[in-house]
Amino acid sequence: MSLGLLRLEGLSKRYGKDAPALDDVSFSLDAGEVIALIGPSGAGKSTLIRCINRLVEPTAGRIWLGDTDLTSLDRRSLRQARRRIGMIFQEFALVERLSVMENLLSGRLGYVGFWRAALRRFPQADIERAFDLLEQVELGAMVDRRADALSGGQRQRVGIARALMQTPDLLLVDEPTASLDPRTSRQIMRLITRLCGERGLPAIINIHDVPLARRYCQRVIGLRAGRIVYDGPASALDDSVLTDIYGEEDWDNQETPAEGSEEDVAESEA
Amino acid sequence: MSARVWRRPPMIADPRLRWGLSLAVVVYLILAVGSLEVNWQRVAEGLERGAAFAAALFTPDFSSRGADILEGFLESLAMTFVSTTLGLLLAVPVAVGAARNLSPLPVYLICRGFIAISRSFQEIIIAILFVAMLGFGPLAGVATLAFASIGFIAKLLAEDIEAMDPKPLEAIRATGGSATQTLHWGVMPVVLPRLVGVSMYRLDINFRESAIIGIVGAGGIGATLNTAFDRYEYDTAAAILLLIIAIVLLSEYVSGFIRGKLR
Amino acid sequence: MPVSHANGQPRWRRRTPAAVLLAWLGWFAVVAVLAFSWQFISERTIWMFVTDAPSQGADLLARMLPPDWAYTGRLWKPLWDTLNIATLGTLLALVIATPLAFLAARNTTPALPGLRPLALLVIVASRSINSLIWALLLVMILGPGVLAGIIAIALRSIGFIGKLLYEAIEESDAKPVEAIVATGASPAQMRLYAIVPQIMPAFAGISVYRWDINIREATILGLVGAGGIGLELMASVNVLAWGRVSMIFLLILATVLASEWVSARVRAAVT
Repeated sequence: MSLGLLRLEGLSKRYGKDAPALDDVSFSLDAGEVIALIGPSGAGKSTLIRCINRLVEPTAGRIWLGDTDLTSLDRRSLRQARRRIGMIFQEFALVERLSVMENLLSGRLGYVGFWRAALRRFPQADIERAFDLLEQVELGAMVDRRADALSGGQRQRVGIARALMQTPDLLLVDEPTASLDPRTSRQIMRLITRLCGERGLPAIINIHDVPLARRYCQRVIGLRAGRIVYDGPASALDDSVLTDIYGEEDWDNQETPAEGSEEDVAESEA
Repeated sequence: MSARVWRRPPMIADPRLRWGLSLAVVVYLILAVGSLEVNWQRVAEGLERGAAFAAALFTPDFSSRGADILEGFLESLAMTFVSTTLGLLLAVPVAVGAARNLSPLPVYLICRGFIAISRSFQEIIIAILFVAMLGFGPLAGVATLAFASIGFIAKLLAEDIEAMDPKPLEAIRATGGSATQTLHWGVMPVVLPRLVGVSMYRLDINFRESAIIGIVGAGGIGATLNTAFDRYEYDTAAAILLLIIAIVLLSEYVSGFIRGKLR
Repeated sequence: MPVSHANGQPRWRRRTPAAVLLAWLGWFAVVAVLAFSWQFISERTIWMFVTDAPSQGADLLARMLPPDWAYTGRLWKPLWDTLNIATLGTLLALVIATPLAFLAARNTTPALPGLRPLALLVIVASRSINSLIWALLLVMILGPGVLAGIIAIALRSIGFIGKLLYEAIEESDAKPVEAIVATGASPAQMRLYAIVPQIMPAFAGISVYRWDINIREATILGLVGAGGIGLELMASVNVLAWGRVSMIFLLILATVLASEWVSARVRAAVT
């Protein structure tokens, strides 16, 4: 295994006395690499990416971002490390009653003091950067629109822009398409992978939709009951591998993306 | 590229309205604060007393005026129970009268008017009138709290009755049921659980109020408390306040428990 | 299902025998408490006055009508004081209750142990005591006047506003909180960006609602000397000037209806 930008070593997470949510997970991620993390509901995908920025505290193991051990940081250094890690959420997690611009600027909170944030007096460079990003996600006209006035696809694009406001070294993406229709899902995946490609930004994308994963990511990691059961190219993702990850099923269905993804939405929300 | 500026859009878009409102608020605050006539020397003296009272909270004296305190609380509790029951019994007909789907317009207007008056005045104002009519003592308090309870319970109950599904009522009328039978079989089963909940809530309020209407002579612990303050008996006053807090908390807990059971 | 078997025949009752017994005991207890309470009150009542009540009432009514319209001129200043007591008291309460609510809400209380129970204790104590009792206390401490009224209103409102506000904070959506924390924001910034915008409508609604209640309460604080129109009421009652009393009642009624209308309008606008 090469020494990548992000390295997970024996990462485990256990909630109380239950079976571990994550069990000895190790892999590494190179600069510019975008990987899809797939697996059934409850396999630990969400826990895994939340362990990386320690929204969930791991029980054991180490996480290296460059040469920083994220698991050993105190609260202050953790906040500084989090500035380097952008995150995109399943249900967008925007602040609904703030404007698009304010949501974007919230990506810079780690860099400004309390009063600047309170008075919305961000440095000019941040404002410029926000306008540029809004152009890139095609929301230039929405600057002062309130987030709750946007459609699902637009909200997710605000979520993407907010994460990129941090100029992150790593992007964590948690089910970016689970709340979206099939067409918008593809647009969002294309946008995320394109923006990552342009910046050489490595990303881990949690995704339950296998056809989308196969289409937009080169490398796939399959998680089942908290353990890695597959780590390899998306092209090698055949029926027997899928059976390893998800259990027995007639995988021909998965070739029709629209239908398949909707089924999966229903399943993952159940 | 030239510098692009961004300012948070103001809450009120029209600048004249925005500045006008801000100015009005500032002018009001200046006038309001300016019209406070505060005797600062008296306040400075008072701080010492305040400190003494705060200290008394940690050394409450339940025994020196134990008999008065006991008498006051028993009176408050007796007033609470009797007035809530009385209010409940009288609220039911008023509520039926104030429900537009059950009553003719004249009755409706009279009952609604009664509810509006009963709810607009503070208990202590009503207490002044009842004390004038019935003389000093807990009976005036009972009348006050019952009067206020009628308005409170009848309003909530009338809203419930009005929100009821009309179909079961029609069904009972269709079988040839009389007006009382309609009430008994069609209305009571629907509103009864809610009625118990509202009464528990009102019981709680009546106890709190019974602690203050004594100030104008309508019985209860309020009179004892007032006397304690008048005589600067901080320790006794502190004891009464702590007991009030304890009983309010207890009754809130019990009524919450019972209402939870009913749901 | 409470079905018993007697003589081999299943018999259905609405309740089991034990439940029936319990229900009877409950009713018995209620009736006993009521009877005892009534006797207690009856002993402390001078029934001679009560039999006199209808004529007393009629007499009172006759003396209240017509209201003393000319007296209105002297009521504007006390009414202005009443308005100020309610408004300034509400503002003071907001300033204190807001940080208190953040200390009391489970999801925003600082990690320091003991702070949350302390905040809850302050809220409970403030809520349990009627503003008139606070006024009684403050008049004793600060002397009679509007200042005592303002502080009494504030002390009572802190618990009310604090409780509703901390419940609103606890009900706020956790997803934006997680997102803001993930950007590396400080805890204070998280509250500012993720919580504050969410509770703004609740904050506005609660404030105006409490202001409306405070207008009502401010009208009576004068009964114990804490300023406002209640002072005039007490003075008129003491000299048995019932025409003035009814005038004051009318003014109070008008004020209360007006503040209720304002409060309903504002609350409809913010939600």
